[in-house]
Amino acid sequence: MDDPPLLYPDYRSTRVRAPRRERIALAPTRTELTGPVLGDGRVGALDHDLTRQHDGAPLGERIIVHGRVVEEDGRPVAGTLVEVWQCNAGGRYRHDGDRHPAPLDPNFTGLGRCVTAADGGFRFVTIKPGAYPWGNHHNAWRPAHIHFSVFGHAFTQRLVTQMYFPGDPLFSQDPIFNSVRDAGARARLVCAFDLEHTRPEWALAYRWDIVLRGRGATPPDEAHG
Amino acid sequence: MAGTTPSQTVGPFFAIALPWDDGPFVVPEGTDGAIRVHGRVLDGQGAPVPDALVETWQAGPDGRFDASFRGFGRCPTDPEGGWEIVTLKPGGVDGQAPHVAVSVFARGLLQRVVTRIYFADEPGANAADPVLAALGEAERASLVAAPGGRFDIHLQGPHETTFFAI
Repeated sequence: MDDPPLLYPDYRSTRVRAPRRERIALAPTRTELTGPVLGDGRVGALDHDLTRQHDGAPLGERIIVHGRVVEEDGRPVAGTLVEVWQCNAGGRYRHDGDRHPAPLDPNFTGLGRCVTAADGGFRFVTIKPGAYPWGNHHNAWRPAHIHFSVFGHAFTQRLVTQMYFPGDPLFSQDPIFNSVRDAGARARLVCAFDLEHTRPEWALAYRWDIVLRGRGATPPDEAHG
Repeated sequence: MAGTTPSQTVGPFFAIALPWDDGPFVVPEGTDGAIRVHGRVLDGQGAPVPDALVETWQAGPDGRFDASFRGFGRCPTDPEGGWEIVTLKPGGVDGQAPHVAVSVFARGLLQRVVTRIYFADEPGANAADPVLAALGEAERASLVAAPGGRFDIHLQGPHETTFFAI
């Protein structure tokens, strides 16, 4: 099983929020085998570049994050909306609820969007997010991560997840990362340093492919759904 | 390629990115025949969940999924756990009663939870619905919105909503 369990007591918030009853198996019907088409109209010209959304450049280590959205069998997922959000280089989110005493960066919002290309490809330019404390347990720190939301082409494919960076020393104490019990599945949450796509004198690059479940049999008359 | 990318929680700060101005409006306010589907998201202690995201997906009034109808709604919960979607009542889909598929994301949910909303004014279609038919009485009742469209989502506890594995 690739996905984490709903109840994972080390991640404290699951204790009062995770459903306790067994979920009921639902064989996907046309409702589940179709999904919304949310494309270009929602993406502005600079939405993929989180370093160019303000007058000045944000502080931090500029990086390129790119990869492909594919299905389990490797088929590309083209034309699907990808949304990302993250904290700034100091580990602070631009959100009223974030009480971490690290500075906000006036030149960084931390929101990105793009639509995948024909080969399922996506590319963001951003800054490397910082680690931050979060109070889940004594001395709890989140490893650096970028949040991703991906639709795919079917309701069954909808995925919200987090991308981590290779070799982060905070992995061992993070219950959200470790809620994924299978080591191979956990490894799929971690991007790879990508020297080849690094832009000399400008930015490091990381590669991360997102693998969605297959979409199953889509009814032929509404295959675009 | 072996294995999928696992889910992780949406966390408490998704409001930076995921709420859209038109998110709750599957159809614009004032559209002929528009209905409101709404409720609260509550945790296992009955406390409101003020940092959840409710997403909906449904057929159009003709029971079809096509580009002429967006079909998708998205609403973050407010401080009282409240959410609301403005939409058109879906038609039946392949012998199923009219229904809306729902995903709930929140801090503390390591993956989304999925449920369905059915309509109280469709007793005949609901009685014949194959998904509802497989459920017990209380589970079935938890999936039918009250007249007026009220549908509370209890993540946990004695009134826990029926959730599906898809």
